[in-house]
Amino acid sequence: MSLWEYANPQKFMQLSRKVLPWVAAASLLCLVGGLAWGFFGTPDDYKQGSTVKIIYLHVPAAMMAINAWVMMLVASLVWLIRRHHVSALAAKAAAPVGLIFTLIALATGALWGQPMWGTWWAWDPRLTSFLILALFYLGYIALWQAIDDPDTAADLTSVLCMVGSVFALLSRYAVNFWNQGLHQGASLSLDKKENVADVFWFPLLVCIAGFVLLFLALVLLRTRTEIRLRRMNALIARERMG
Amino acid sequence: MMPELGKYAGAVLGSYAASIALIVVLVGWSLWRAAKVRRALAEVEARAGAKTDG
Repeated sequence: MSLWEYANPQKFMQLSRKVLPWVAAASLLCLVGGLAWGFFGTPDDYKQGSTVKIIYLHVPAAMMAINAWVMMLVASLVWLIRRHHVSALAAKAAAPVGLIFTLIALATGALWGQPMWGTWWAWDPRLTSFLILALFYLGYIALWQAIDDPDTAADLTSVLCMVGSVFALLSRYAVNFWNQGLHQGASLSLDKKENVADVFWFPLLVCIAGFVLLFLALVLLRTRTEIRLRRMNALIARERMG
Repeated sequence: MMPELGKYAGAVLGSYAASIALIVVLVGWSLWRAAKVRRALAEVEARAGAKTDG
């Protein structure tokens, strides 16, 4: 059995129908559990006080904002190379989810930045690259809406996705490229000394799992909707011709 | 019980409220659109006498 079998819309619909309720339930469990653990069950940070509780939203949302774009890039490349419609529709389905995660990262970043840095916003490398990433998401969604022919829309949005990937990468590594920004380095590290303390790390891990599963559940749900919409448009077109 | 958030209560609660609101809107909109398209497709399929997709 090959992975490419799931590029068949019917196979995808069959598999996603079985998987979706479990992914959605696991996502709800992790999100509610992780956020409740982080909010009610962890102490204040000795430097940042209670604002450390924002980490459980800000870090997973920022991670998924970038990873959603990476997923869209992979799906776009599959579309461009192998012309599988499900992959193009999956990329289209992921964009609004990625945009919302980017907005959450920007909003929680501003709310966290104000008491810590004394400003809601700074033209810092990471903040600026995230704002540009949000604009790329908006442009990508607008381009899908602007073109009637779905295959042409998939082609052009795939190219836009490749261009935007530069900013997705930049938003991930901006703090490493430039040192003059306000934003701290990565909160998560394989080096135990660099990583956040265990008391914050474990609930954060649950929240990250919750955001990943939420993304997966929403992309599955929205891809199913896009496949149905495509089938509906094909049937309507056939009706008109007949 | 509510943890003591001190002078940062606005920032922390604002972050949670804004994020949860955005997620609820996204999930609600996705579910609403999924139901709407499923109904519309069922109507078109019934008209066309075609098989449903599952």
